[in-house]
Amino acid sequence: MTPQNQTDVIVIGAGHNGLVAATYLAKAGLKVTVVEAAPQIGGAAVTREFVPGYKVSGVAHLLHGLHPAIARDLDLARHGLDLKAQRVETRALLPGGLSFDTGSIASISRTDAEAYPAVMARLTRMADALAAYALHTPPRPDAMNMDWQAKLNLGKFAWGLRRLGKKDMLELTRILTMNVNDLANDYFESESVKGLLCFEGVLGLALGPRSPSTVFNLLYRLSSMGANGQGGFLLPKGGMGSVAQALGMAAQAAGVLIRTGAAVDHILIENDAAAGVMLSTGEEIRAARVVSNADPQRTALQLIGPRNLDTMFVSRIRHMRMNGCAAKIHLALDGLPEALANARGRIVVAPKPDDIERAYDCAKYGGVSDRPALELTVPTLSDPSLAPAGKHVASIVAQYCPYKLRDTSVNEARHQIGERSLAVLEEVAPGLKQRVTAMEVLTPHDFEKQFGMTGGQWHHGEITLDQVLFLRPAGQAQEYRMPVPGVYLCGAGAHPGGNISGAPGYNAAREILKDARAQKRIVGAA
Amino acid sequence: MTAYVEHLKPFLRKTPFHERIEPLMTGNQWMRWTGHYSPAAFESVQSEYMTIRNGASVFDVSPLIKYRITGRQAAEYVNHLITRDLAKIKPMQAFYTSWCQDDGMLVEEGTIFRFGENDFLLNAAKDQLHWLEQVAYGFDVHIEDISYDLAGLSLQGPQSRDVLRAFGINSIDHLPRFGIMDLELNGRWLRIDRAGFTGDLGYEIWSKPQDALWLWDRLFEVGRDHKIAPIGSHALEISRIEAGFILIDADYSGALHALRPSNRMSPYELGIGWTVSLNKQGYFVGKRALKKEKEQGLSRYVLTGIEIEGRKPAPGSFLYADQPGKHELGLTTSAVWSPTLKKNIAYARVPTAYAKSGTQMWIEIWYHKEHKIERSMVRCWAANRMFYDPPRKSA
Repeated sequence: MTPQNQTDVIVIGAGHNGLVAATYLAKAGLKVTVVEAAPQIGGAAVTREFVPGYKVSGVAHLLHGLHPAIARDLDLARHGLDLKAQRVETRALLPGGLSFDTGSIASISRTDAEAYPAVMARLTRMADALAAYALHTPPRPDAMNMDWQAKLNLGKFAWGLRRLGKKDMLELTRILTMNVNDLANDYFESESVKGLLCFEGVLGLALGPRSPSTVFNLLYRLSSMGANGQGGFLLPKGGMGSVAQALGMAAQAAGVLIRTGAAVDHILIENDAAAGVMLSTGEEIRAARVVSNADPQRTALQLIGPRNLDTMFVSRIRHMRMNGCAAKIHLALDGLPEALANARGRIVVAPKPDDIERAYDCAKYGGVSDRPALELTVPTLSDPSLAPAGKHVASIVAQYCPYKLRDTSVNEARHQIGERSLAVLEEVAPGLKQRVTAMEVLTPHDFEKQFGMTGGQWHHGEITLDQVLFLRPAGQAQEYRMPVPGVYLCGAGAHPGGNISGAPGYNAAREILKDARAQKRIVGAA
Repeated sequence: MTAYVEHLKPFLRKTPFHERIEPLMTGNQWMRWTGHYSPAAFESVQSEYMTIRNGASVFDVSPLIKYRITGRQAAEYVNHLITRDLAKIKPMQAFYTSWCQDDGMLVEEGTIFRFGENDFLLNAAKDQLHWLEQVAYGFDVHIEDISYDLAGLSLQGPQSRDVLRAFGINSIDHLPRFGIMDLELNGRWLRIDRAGFTGDLGYEIWSKPQDALWLWDRLFEVGRDHKIAPIGSHALEISRIEAGFILIDADYSGALHALRPSNRMSPYELGIGWTVSLNKQGYFVGKRALKKEKEQGLSRYVLTGIEIEGRKPAPGSFLYADQPGKHELGLTTSAVWSPTLKKNIAYARVPTAYAKSGTQMWIEIWYHKEHKIERSMVRCWAANRMFYDPPRKSA
């Protein structure tokens, strides 16, 4: 066995969480090898040249969840990530040439303009209290078996909720399981403002504004607007790949060995414990700890395999809701229509809650939305290097284009979501269509194929109340440990979940180090 | 005139042998078994029991739920499903095994028959197709409920082999315990395996449902000189307790059907830990939990046999470490007066330390005596649960 093929920890997948976990483990003195199937690192945090000369963030295009403590710990600024300069605001485009941003709601409704800052501040406060567990292992349902640290965290969490005050605590209890449409009706009067709120509530879910748990998703997204995130949306210079590059450099600086183009076929299990990985080339790399950055379904059902697992656990993982509903549309533009000429920020096209609900109705029955709800950025306005001089790119998240299709082929879905999104855009930004010189559409099936996310679900499993905290990915596999000893989960399928946050990777590394230290104590004592 | 009441129409299913059994049911003592009419007793439980131990008893086992498991990876699947090592049986052999949930709690125990490398039949007491299908995820395997495709009679007792010989099946002499043979008789397909629920010499005979009545008639014709007689489940119950076999819903709740999770039991707790092969190749459902239970001694109790002073059967009776009954140990499940052994026997859940053969305990028995309930506190001793194990069973 050559030293290269023997290491302490193998991390499968160089996604952002894999890199974060690997870096923390290496910093703690472990020998870490990251194996990545793609030719480049980053996983879904990539910058993609979709037409020669035109580059765009391949999946997520806005950074908001990256945990500041992780960015600080890993010194990402020194490794080239600039988090200060690229903050952007949200602007909603409405049909008929109207638009508003969070500062100009008064042009739509005076009442809502007055209410909006207070409502959002209140929701963010609640989200912040819920997010106290972002960098902690979630509390276990069997409180008796928690160690002192877990008990302390639970106490802090309870204290955080208590500190919200009686009114907010009561309100949080009321809204936590509610649907975002009802919440919007409680707080606002104008359909346009409600539409904007509802859009935030359904983004990333196979649910509509009238579905329960959408307020939770809203709070989940807002949690990155407080102390546990970037406090707003950032458009990373150079695209999302720049985040991955910085993480990759931090990892290498910590001594992590990164091997790209190395696809893992399965995890080697010997004597019912992790023994390493088998690459698709037949090469073996051995380590007593294997950390998977893949989603829970891929990890359990393919990398570990159902034959090494118990039945109820396999069923639980199989039944995780992973119906990706967001498509990505990339446009190469030879110029910008007037409505987008100054669109430096984040553009949302979801004029009313009913529009989103109707868009969801299509997806519910396995079809592509007739009129998708859209989130759009024109990154070239702040970073011209992403396209040839004078040209632009637009990056669009279009919802809904479900993974689970009925009577529609993947190719048809790809065509439909592209055309229908352009048609919706044309209404709010007339003249856009003429400017399009090339277009790329990525459906959930494409995400699954190209980035290995099962169901094309960006968050490795929808963020709903039944799939978070100790239920993520399953009650039987809490605390980042898969049932096979030595196999861990460090991706978004583990707590606290999706977005480019690095938090699951951070938490997984802490739990792995706990195990490594405990083992050292046992070996040392023997 | 009696009004015809649709909703009171008898709704139990009749087995392929029903036509022959029904006229013999003079006392009308039917029971329900998986939705079928099944005889509890024909006339006298005592004489039916004596047939099991001295003659050749016939019990209709057609109501058993039968799952056929085939497919390219059937053997790998079955080995993942069950706790015993499948490598121990070859085609045309059967064995007794447990199968468990994730946390090592018993789903059921029973006999699995292997007909080919990848051809199995699992006999079960409870419906569990959904569970079998869940376990099948990731295996190229086909599971089919063929309960109605087979009619079966359990022929048990010291004279059962003579009956089969008289039937013209001379090769029966060479069928080892848990062996299976397929044959044709008068142009009809029959399958015989040497297993049963009585702890005696015995066989199970399977036929196509349309040949069931022929099988019944022929068996009773050739068995006349060998004390052949039909029996009901009451007589069978006495013999199965003597033999040490556990019964679902009597001695344990199957994990899929238990109402309280804490009511589920592991194979170790049921005293069938020998069916758990922790060292077999590959993982099986519940292995991690069972290994932990064994290594860390996590079993809450063990179901042991006990022999009880006196003659009063003691089902559902509390056991104590002391005569005053201050220190409670556990509870009996099945209990019976054994006519053959002339002993008062039972199964009892007790802490492992008390399960060692000969350990004395006290048992509190409540019994009916002419419209009164009386209580007695008597001694009992732990014993091997296989109270009755005649050499002819495997000879």
